[in-house]
Amino acid sequence: MKRILIAILGASAMAAGCARGLPKDEPPIRLLQNMYRQEKFKAQSENPFFADGSAMRLPVAGTVARGYLRDDVAFYEGKTKEGDTIRYAPIDITMETMLRGQERYNIYCSPCHSRVGDGKGIVVERGYTPAPTYHDNRLRNVPDGHIFLVITNGWRNMPSYRNQISVEDRWAIVAYIRALQRSQNATLADVPENMRRELQIKQ
Amino acid sequence: MAQLFPKWTNKIPVFLIAGVLATLVTVTFGFWYFGSPKYLEVGYRPKQPVPYSHKLHAGDLGMDCRYCHVGVEKSAHASVPPTSTCMNCHSQVQARSEKLLVVRESYATNKPIEWVKVHKVPDFAYFNHSVHVNAGVGCKSCHGNVAQMDERGVMQMEPLSMGWCLDCHRNPEPHLRPKSEITNMDWVAPANQKEFAAKLIAEKKIKPPVDCGACHR
Repeated sequence: MKRILIAILGASAMAAGCARGLPKDEPPIRLLQNMYRQEKFKAQSENPFFADGSAMRLPVAGTVARGYLRDDVAFYEGKTKEGDTIRYAPIDITMETMLRGQERYNIYCSPCHSRVGDGKGIVVERGYTPAPTYHDNRLRNVPDGHIFLVITNGWRNMPSYRNQISVEDRWAIVAYIRALQRSQNATLADVPENMRRELQIKQ
Repeated sequence: MAQLFPKWTNKIPVFLIAGVLATLVTVTFGFWYFGSPKYLEVGYRPKQPVPYSHKLHAGDLGMDCRYCHVGVEKSAHASVPPTSTCMNCHSQVQARSEKLLVVRESYATNKPIEWVKVHKVPDFAYFNHSVHVNAGVGCKSCHGNVAQMDERGVMQMEPLSMGWCLDCHRNPEPHLRPKSEITNMDWVAPANQKEFAAKLIAEKKIKPPVDCGACHR
C-alpha cells in the first residue's frame, strides 16, 4: 500500500513539473508536419528576394489601383479647389458618423488629448509635451480642414496619424471633436427643453 | 521426469498481460496528455527583441488594442505595428531608456524589428481577424487577457487546434459580445448573454462555417 502511495505521489510530482500551460521559450513541437509550414510568404514575413527584405510590396510608384484614385481634393486633402483649408467637413454627418468618430477618437487621440479633449491624457502624464486643450477660442475657430490636416500630417509635437487612421475615420473624428468642443462650451440654453430636467437631476 | 519449466514460469503470462496493459495505458495517457496542442502549444512565450509589456500599455495606460494593431477590423491580419507607431510616444516618453535602444535603432535605420510570432495557425488553415472581430468575438477569447502580460512577453493561452476552433464555430454563443466591448479585457458576459447572443446571431446572420473548405481552401 505504501509503495502504491509513493508511486502515485511521484507520478503527480512528475506531472506537475511538466503540466499543461506552463510558460516555455521554445517554439511548440508539431506532431503532424504535413504542409504545416509551406513555401509561401505570409503577411509581414521576410523575403530576401527584395532589397528591403519585406515580402509585402508597395504599389509601383506612380501607379493607381482601380478604385483607389484620390482625386477628391476636399475629401482626401482637406482643401478647396483654390488650395484653402476647407471650412466644413465634406461628409454627411449622421449619428453613425458621430459614434464612429467617438470610438476612433477614444482609440487614437485620447491617450494624449484625453477623452474630453483637455490635453491631459495619460501619455502627457508620462512626460509627453502637453497637447493643447480643444476648448479655447483659437481651436474653436479653426476650420474643420485644419483638424483633418493635423491628424493627417502631424503638427508641432504631434506625429502624423495617416497610417493609423483612414481618411473616412479622420473626418468622423473631426466631427466628434467639434461635438466635444460644443459640449464643453455650452449653456443651458443649448440643451433642448425636454432634456433639461434630466440634466439638472444629474447635477 | 523433472519439471521442464520451474514453477515461477507460471506467472509469466500474468506479468506479460499486466505489463502490456500498463504500457498501453501509459502510452495512451502520455499521448493524450503530452501530445495534445493543449500541452504543446499553450504556454509558448518566446523572448522578444524588445521587452515590451502589454500590461503597461494596454493594462495600466488603458490604451486600446487597435491603437497599434490597426488591421484587425479590416483585414485578415491584425498586424504588428511598425516602429513609427512606437515612436509616436517614445520620441519623447522614455526617450533615453536603454530598453528602447532597439526601437530607436530600428527607427533611425529604417529596418524593422524582428518580432517573434506567437500565435500561429498552420499554413493550410486560413484565418481572418476582421470577420471574427466584426462578428463580435473579443480579442480575449483567443488571446487571453493580454493586458496582464508583462515584459516577459505575450504567452499563447489557447491551443489554436482544429477542435478548439470548431468548439466555437459550433456554438459561438458564449464568445459573442457587443462591438464596443471587443477589445475590453475586463468584460464579463452579462446575465442575459444567451438572449443577447441569440439576438446578435439573428441580426448579423452569424453562421460560423463548419465545412472543411471554410478554413482549408
